[in-house]
Amino acid sequence: MGTVHRKSARDMRSVTHLPTTPVDGSAVRSRDRASTVTAIAGWSDETLLENLERAAFEYFPLNTDSRTGLVADTSREHSPCSIAVVGFAFAAWSVAAARGWVERSDAVRHILAALRFFRDSDQGGGTLATGFKGFYYHFLDMRTGARVWRSELSMVDTALLIAGALTARMYFDAPSPDETELRELAETLYRRIDWRWAQDRAATIRMGWKPESGFLHYGWEGYTEAVVMYALALGSPTHLIKQDCYQAWTSTYQWENLYGRDFLYAGPLFEHQFSHAWIDFRGIRDRFMREKRSDYFENSRTAVYIQREYARRNPHEFAGYDENGWGLSACEGPTGSVVGASGAAWQGFGYAARGVPYGPDDGTLSVPAVLASLPFAPEIVLPALRNLLARYPEVLSEHRLSTGINPTWADPHGRAWVSPGHYGLDQGIVLMMIENHRNESIWRWMRACPYLRRGLERAGFGGGWLRRAADEEDR
Amino acid sequence: MPRPSARPATPQDDHERKRIAELRPATWANPEPEGRYPLVVIGAGFAGLAAAELAAAQGIKVALVERDFLGGTCANTGCVPSKAIIRTSRLYAEMRDAERYGAQVPAGIQMDFAATMERVRRIRAHLGQPNSVRHLAAAGIDVFFGDARFTGPDSLAIDGSTLRFDKAVIATGARPSAPPIPGLAESGYVTNENVFEITQLPRRLLVIGGGPIGCEQAQAFCRLGAQTTIVQIKPLFLEREERDAAQLLSTALARDGVVVRLNTRVVGIRVANGEKLVDLVSDDYHNTIAVDAILAGVGRLPNVEGLGLESAGVDYDREHGIRVDDFLRTSNRRIHAAGDVCLEDKYGHTAITSAQMAVRNALFRGRERWSKLVIPWCTFTDPEIAHVGLYVREANRQGIPVKTFTVLMHEVDRAVTDSEEAGFVKIHVREGSDRILGATIVARHAGDMINEITLAMVANIGLSKLAKVVHTYDTQAEAVQKAAQACSRARASATS
Repeated sequence: MGTVHRKSARDMRSVTHLPTTPVDGSAVRSRDRASTVTAIAGWSDETLLENLERAAFEYFPLNTDSRTGLVADTSREHSPCSIAVVGFAFAAWSVAAARGWVERSDAVRHILAALRFFRDSDQGGGTLATGFKGFYYHFLDMRTGARVWRSELSMVDTALLIAGALTARMYFDAPSPDETELRELAETLYRRIDWRWAQDRAATIRMGWKPESGFLHYGWEGYTEAVVMYALALGSPTHLIKQDCYQAWTSTYQWENLYGRDFLYAGPLFEHQFSHAWIDFRGIRDRFMREKRSDYFENSRTAVYIQREYARRNPHEFAGYDENGWGLSACEGPTGSVVGASGAAWQGFGYAARGVPYGPDDGTLSVPAVLASLPFAPEIVLPALRNLLARYPEVLSEHRLSTGINPTWADPHGRAWVSPGHYGLDQGIVLMMIENHRNESIWRWMRACPYLRRGLERAGFGGGWLRRAADEEDR
Repeated sequence: MPRPSARPATPQDDHERKRIAELRPATWANPEPEGRYPLVVIGAGFAGLAAAELAAAQGIKVALVERDFLGGTCANTGCVPSKAIIRTSRLYAEMRDAERYGAQVPAGIQMDFAATMERVRRIRAHLGQPNSVRHLAAAGIDVFFGDARFTGPDSLAIDGSTLRFDKAVIATGARPSAPPIPGLAESGYVTNENVFEITQLPRRLLVIGGGPIGCEQAQAFCRLGAQTTIVQIKPLFLEREERDAAQLLSTALARDGVVVRLNTRVVGIRVANGEKLVDLVSDDYHNTIAVDAILAGVGRLPNVEGLGLESAGVDYDREHGIRVDDFLRTSNRRIHAAGDVCLEDKYGHTAITSAQMAVRNALFRGRERWSKLVIPWCTFTDPEIAHVGLYVREANRQGIPVKTFTVLMHEVDRAVTDSEEAGFVKIHVREGSDRILGATIVARHAGDMINEITLAMVANIGLSKLAKVVHTYDTQAEAVQKAAQACSRARASATS
């Protein structure tokens, strides 16, 4: 039976200089609060990003079952594994090895544990299996890998898992037996995913499947984080989907002029980020973006500016919203009700995908989502990040960012509500986007991934690094 | 198909007596039929009345046949009572939300359901007056009450009399349809047509169906004080509308306190200890809720049965109604159809418009095509959701490149001063031009605001031109002008 590591921050010496705040998110002492603010204010941007990136990485070894290699959805007790978080963990270990934070062999060992587990897992599609048709249930028992919470077989979360596996495949390129096995396992898992089955004869890929009731009766339609899923499904060497599936996915795109800016609409920030963690969208365009004379990277940049503009206008008069206080995305917020400054009573949505400008919005901000916007618009992300850390230093615990804060739901001392603990998805996307901003590591590795390239090309993407790669091949 | 519960007993007050006297007088004696009518209209709802009045105004002798109340669904059991109750429910919501407007919540707000429904009956009776049998008779229209049945291609029978006609318009409307849920009929339920007759507010109400009717009624009854649950089989409300509009509506309903159960099916209903126990399934999650009343607001079925359409040679099917061509003509060249009995879009304004078109085409050699009309519609929730023209997905499927100019209501001063910031105006234009393809408006008065866009589309006015139309400050319709100004700026920058 494996062990889930839950070391205290004192055991982690790699990120230093900040007071240790309780992992449960309880209020920090005012002296610690002040010293945190002072310490961060003294850091250069590079130091700040280095510390946050490394602290994000440390989520993964702290919350991994040593035998199965599965990674917990959150740092809370009894949290199950989220398969998407495992995908982010694969990328995180790759970055950690590349940066020398861990021994390369140690990273390979961790990744191999999970890959072997998935290879050998129960793919029978039963109610307590791990997966079916090469896909996996969204949430798994950390120690056994059995499906929990009656969760759905998740197409997009499987895609994020496999994107992480392919990232590791691209980075760990040594001829050693372990790294060879890692690459082979990543391919094996990718190749056995039956993307065609996941369409269920519909125009687009379905969002999920359950053994009790079959396919969920809605598909991935309208722009979201699922571009990477379609790219992988189109690049599959074994069960590829037809190109018209991608056209069906784009047929519900909404190109909008909002606050004076043109962009492809998606409400929550994570929808503008997750695919970008793996894919360098700069300069490459599918048919839709060619028509709009934009690209998905520019689009995410615009989305970040629209987020800021929404917060600046602050239509619901929530506390803490301004040009350096923004970030609506999927995260945990408070529940219950509160009366805001506008006199309106607001219900807290708990964990929800909050979005701009159509909501839902209950005054909860995701600082990780702000930080994960770094590659797109560093000139407004860094000021916002520094502002949020200075205003709400309690958002950092164990040196990592909590998923959500809500200044409107303040405690009697005026301190913002803060989500306790950490979410693996936040730590993963923060790490990857800081890394891409700092030296483009993941983008570089994945640009060389032949499956991803093929998938993008079959989706109609061209130009930019795709053209250069094709030119190099021709030569 | 389960049938609705026995019609709740409408209180026979002065308003109701007045309505009956005007719209379905017990003492009415059908006139002696004339030899051959230039026009016979079957059904005296909004469509039938519009057809009869237009023809009569042109000097045409008309026979108008109705089996129930003049005015039909809209005037008696649909639009009119619905809007009346929605307005009262809005008032209660605003009273409870008074602090938002800088006011005190009135002490001891007590819901007076009897007064609410009495107001509904008063307004219904008042607005019904122009449809009264007296007015119609004064206009020269022969009004017949009873069940009409075609006996041939140019004749029909009613109460033992035979009406012969040169032309006829069938405007028999539609009725509520309820889903085939085991136990629904046995447990008893109401529909949008008889819900306004109930005399006691149910403590717990289940609304089945997240379409326009279901959403409107769920919000209204919740605001009146019923603990309301709405169950929708799809993952979003108003399947036809844009997802952002549906998202705002979900938020609004939840904020009102409606328990929203999307992606959920009702699989069975039973009665125990005086409660209706409703079994729900969401994917594979099963649970049971207890309610006191059920409103089935799923859809509407055309009234085609019992009309003897076969005898008249009129093609139809029970789900989609009478088949008409683009000129609203049926398979019998003498007979046209109008309104809910033949249209996919079942609204009061489409009923009236189609009836007038049918009369012009039937009697005045008109060649007007239904497909050429630009038809807006509105769901009267708070905020309202109004639409006209193409949706983005429809344009994409037709290969039309679309750009959407969006103005959020929180950008509009009047919406902010009225604390009505939830919503938006989205106007879709053909990319690279200012030709309006369609629009969706979510706002408290979206149904009023959409008319400006409809006018522009009908008159072929480009969106940029609307920027030059002076709009009154301070009105919420400025949102339309702001969208137009954004379009104008975009075109200017594209050409500079």
